[in-house]
Amino acid sequence: MADEQQTSSTGGAPAQSRGPGDRGGRGPGGGGRDAGRKYFRRKKVCKFCVEKIDSVDYKDTRLLGQFVAESGKIVPRRLTGVCTPHQRRLTAAIKQARNIALLPFSGRH
Amino acid sequence: MQRTYELMFIVRPDMPEEEQERLISTLESSVSGAGGTVKNVERMGKRRMAYVVRRFQDGIYVLMILEAPGNVVREVERRLRVTEPVIKFMTVRVDEEQKRLAKVKALRQARARKPAPAAAPEAAASEEQPAATV
Repeated sequence: MADEQQTSSTGGAPAQSRGPGDRGGRGPGGGGRDAGRKYFRRKKVCKFCVEKIDSVDYKDTRLLGQFVAESGKIVPRRLTGVCTPHQRRLTAAIKQARNIALLPFSGRH
Repeated sequence: MQRTYELMFIVRPDMPEEEQERLISTLESSVSGAGGTVKNVERMGKRRMAYVVRRFQDGIYVLMILEAPGNVVREVERRLRVTEPVIKFMTVRVDEEQKRLAKVKALRQARARKPAPAAAPEAAASEEQPAATV
């Protein structure tokens, strides 16, 4: 509970500070309350942090499949909102799963 | 040095049940004979592979959890490589990850037990830091 409050406060502060300059570049998770634009973007949160999933297992294809595009590619962080430490573990797990034929290297063969 | 490994291998889908059992038991005996222990054997059954391997679309997955030194893993892998019905295998070392998980779990429990005193000094520290840099 305590860390949730902390992450929201620390996540909010840099977003607000970079808000005005970054808006033209359409940064990920930008568009705060003060944007007043058409493009209102909800702040993405890391699924693994929210659900408190510590280990990313290569055997859990249901979970990994959510972060793999139709083509078999790993979906980038800027689209899924996964935080850097978890994306790193996720990437490693996806690559392991590919090696043991649980996930495809590329879409359809 | 005893380490924990997860050994996953796939055998061809047309392999008879008794031959699978024989393969698993020979692997187990070779592990225990070389100074390791087999913690668990999970037969995950036949499932569709994500891509074609040696012209097979399906495979029978088996997961073994070993506690053994590294040279035992090397020997088991060599054995799997020469076993014809085995079409794919992978060994993953998991003890470091388990250690990390235990640490995270302990930290979380400690925080849940007394949240107020732990959170207060941290919040104060995070507020002080930006002030100090400016």
